[in-house]
Amino acid sequence: MTALLEVEDLRVAYGKIEAVKGISFKVEAGEVVTLIGTNGAGKTTTLRTLSGLLRPVGGQIRFNGRSLKKVPAHQVVALGLAHSPEGRHIFPRMTIEDNLRLGAFLRSDRPGIEKDIQRAYDLFPILGERSKQAAGTLSGGEQQMLAMGRALMSQPKLLMLDEPSMGLSPIMMQKIMATIAELKAQGTTILLVEQNAQAALSLADHGHVMEVGTVVLSGTGQELLHDESVRKAYLGED
Amino acid sequence: MTTQTTAPETPSAPVAGRTSGALGMPAPVARALATGGGVLSVVSTFLAWTWTSEFPGDLTVYGYPGGLQVLVLIAGALTALFGLSSYGVKGLTGLTPAGGDGALRFASLAAFGTAWYTVIAISSTLGGVVNLEPGGYLAAAASLIAVLGAHTLPFERPEPDPLDPDESAWEHIKHRLAHGWQTVKASYAGGTPRPVGALPSYAEILIIVAILALGLTVFTYGIGTSYDELFIGFLITAGFGFAALNKAGLVAQASQITARHQNITMVGAFVAAALFPFTQTDDQYATVGVYILIFATVALGLNIVVGLAGLLDLGYVAFLGVGAYAAALVSGSPSSPFDVHFPFWAAVLVGAAASLVFGVLIGAPTLRLRGDYLAIVTLGFGEIFRITANNLDGTSGPDLTNGSNGIASIPNLDILGFDFGAQHDVGGFTIGRFANYFFLMLIITAVVVLVFRRSGDSRIGRAWVAIREDETAAHAMGINGFRVKLIAFAVGASLAGLAGTVQAHVTYTVTPEQYLFAGPIPPNSAFLLAAVVLGGMGTISGPLIGASLLFLIPNKLQFLGDYQLLAFGVALILLMRFRPEGLIPNRRRQLEFHEEAEAPAVLTKAGA
Repeated sequence: MTALLEVEDLRVAYGKIEAVKGISFKVEAGEVVTLIGTNGAGKTTTLRTLSGLLRPVGGQIRFNGRSLKKVPAHQVVALGLAHSPEGRHIFPRMTIEDNLRLGAFLRSDRPGIEKDIQRAYDLFPILGERSKQAAGTLSGGEQQMLAMGRALMSQPKLLMLDEPSMGLSPIMMQKIMATIAELKAQGTTILLVEQNAQAALSLADHGHVMEVGTVVLSGTGQELLHDESVRKAYLGED
Repeated sequence: MTTQTTAPETPSAPVAGRTSGALGMPAPVARALATGGGVLSVVSTFLAWTWTSEFPGDLTVYGYPGGLQVLVLIAGALTALFGLSSYGVKGLTGLTPAGGDGALRFASLAAFGTAWYTVIAISSTLGGVVNLEPGGYLAAAASLIAVLGAHTLPFERPEPDPLDPDESAWEHIKHRLAHGWQTVKASYAGGTPRPVGALPSYAEILIIVAILALGLTVFTYGIGTSYDELFIGFLITAGFGFAALNKAGLVAQASQITARHQNITMVGAFVAAALFPFTQTDDQYATVGVYILIFATVALGLNIVVGLAGLLDLGYVAFLGVGAYAAALVSGSPSSPFDVHFPFWAAVLVGAAASLVFGVLIGAPTLRLRGDYLAIVTLGFGEIFRITANNLDGTSGPDLTNGSNGIASIPNLDILGFDFGAQHDVGGFTIGRFANYFFLMLIITAVVVLVFRRSGDSRIGRAWVAIREDETAAHAMGINGFRVKLIAFAVGASLAGLAGTVQAHVTYTVTPEQYLFAGPIPPNSAFLLAAVVLGGMGTISGPLIGASLLFLIPNKLQFLGDYQLLAFGVALILLMRFRPEGLIPNRRRQLEFHEEAEAPAVLTKAGA
């Protein structure tokens, strides 16, 4: 069986500077895979390339058996790959409900959309309470919830989350991580980019450690969590 | 919000946070002065203001107000009513659901501004204050008293921000100025109006009818002002008067009611507009009416492109031109190289289709650009259109547009035997040529309003707004940015083309010089954009009102002459500084420009 997402020797450059220098990894259906690493390791660049916002200079991306190399951003969503971008990128002046509806932009099954909006409200009750409020009035953590809920509205086969815990309070971060765990339990396939290695690794099936554009270490979440070099570099232990 | 109703005991230096007026006059005295001043202003309008009828409007008559006096009468009555309402007079408190003092201040300014403008205009036109009769002095004094009274009413002063005493002297000055400005703003602040309880729907509809009737009256009056002084007086009264109604909370309540019956309001507004030609005795102002409608309709079309999709188009007038030329070419005009005479419905289709094609042709290569670049390219396209139309005269290019002479003698429309060039008598009213076109144009406007509403609320409308707000996120939602932008561009272009087909017949002649980037006569690209921005981006009524104002002001104030564009520039800068969301704000836009609005910086004073 082939994996849902296969990335092979992916290279991405900004002008002459290569940000991703040939990385390979796989995501199987139903798995949570995480990319961890410091700033500038190329994690966000990888996600942006997968969702078509950037063009690779080399390598292969196969999603659901199809090459994504030449697919424009707006069609990637139609194929079942949803991206919750870094910095959340919600539409601040629209209501929460309108944000969610935009997430379902490519769908036309009204009852299904209504059901999924309800599902997002069940997952994040705060969104339901404030459905008619402008999204910009939400707190950072609530906006992150909205960004995730919105990405789910396209019924993705693979959900890509870019730094969902960035800039959040510890309590809010725990909530977000608990939600990711819940989504995993529901069977959602997730590709998670995180700086918070501890949290990401403890719920991931597989993890890849990135450093300046290359994958330096791969393994299951538990293996990496207990790997000595990872503990030293990312978990703040001597 | 704290409510303090007592005036300070000692009228010494006003202390921050306490309620106190400008001169430290006790509140009851101030209120009495304001109300009394309003009443006296009303009385003064029944007296003679000057001895000679040389000043336009004949202000020499006792017992019957005329011209500018009528405006002072209205403003004075408004002041008196708000004054009485702020006393809590039974039956009048409903006039000021958001507290009366802010409204009273603006109403008194309306009376003061109009009265003093009149008195000064009389003195300068006739050469000196000796030309004033007692009525004029009374009006000046009464309105001055009203304005002083209203402005010494106590209000909640804002707390000055703490400032480090070690700061430089310049910082101190800046700080003091900022605080002064805050105080001025606070003195005009109004409260939040109480929401209107649900009335029986017939009552709400009656209210809507009354609002529309008021709107029609104000508009008809403005169009009908026959001399400069009256129009300026009208602007002063209407401007401050509207501000007063706004501060009183009446505007908010009115919009709540109209929002509950959107469709009725929309239909009612069109009925009111259709009544306009019946209020006129000759075709003179119907001409103005039809030009305003053309201008406003095109502005509304531009609002789809600019207001909804956020694409800055500086050459939009070219699409109006394409539509007009297309209709002119198939109209059977002798200067058209095509010897055809299409029926109007076919000409409309040709015009809209031609503009659509041009919209797509221009949009396809340029919409990949963002922001400023798109603006530059569209600006260039607008000029290319004009210059091309100038050159397709048979000598510098193929003979198509008859060059700078344009396509002349475009015949009047004849739809189902109804001759648009002739006068018709309808139920005792004479409907002239321009009134005929006014009705036709109104239908086109209705079509544009319908397209705007339907598309704005639809899936494509949400996509436009999403693209405008955050293009990256919109792509991540699966929105094809290029395609939805091209749709916006094409829809906007064909709506302008639609208006162009009527314009060609109204003006008889289509020449390249009608479609400039900027010029003294609207519609041109700069004025169209100004109408949208001034009126309110993303709204329907905004561009309609903005276009009316932008058409009427240069039309009425001919004496501005060469300074017109300068005056507009200044007015636009001021508006952008103080009301960037436009006269009619879009709910979403208001959030964008006043993000601090959630936590008001200044407290407002509640009325006694």
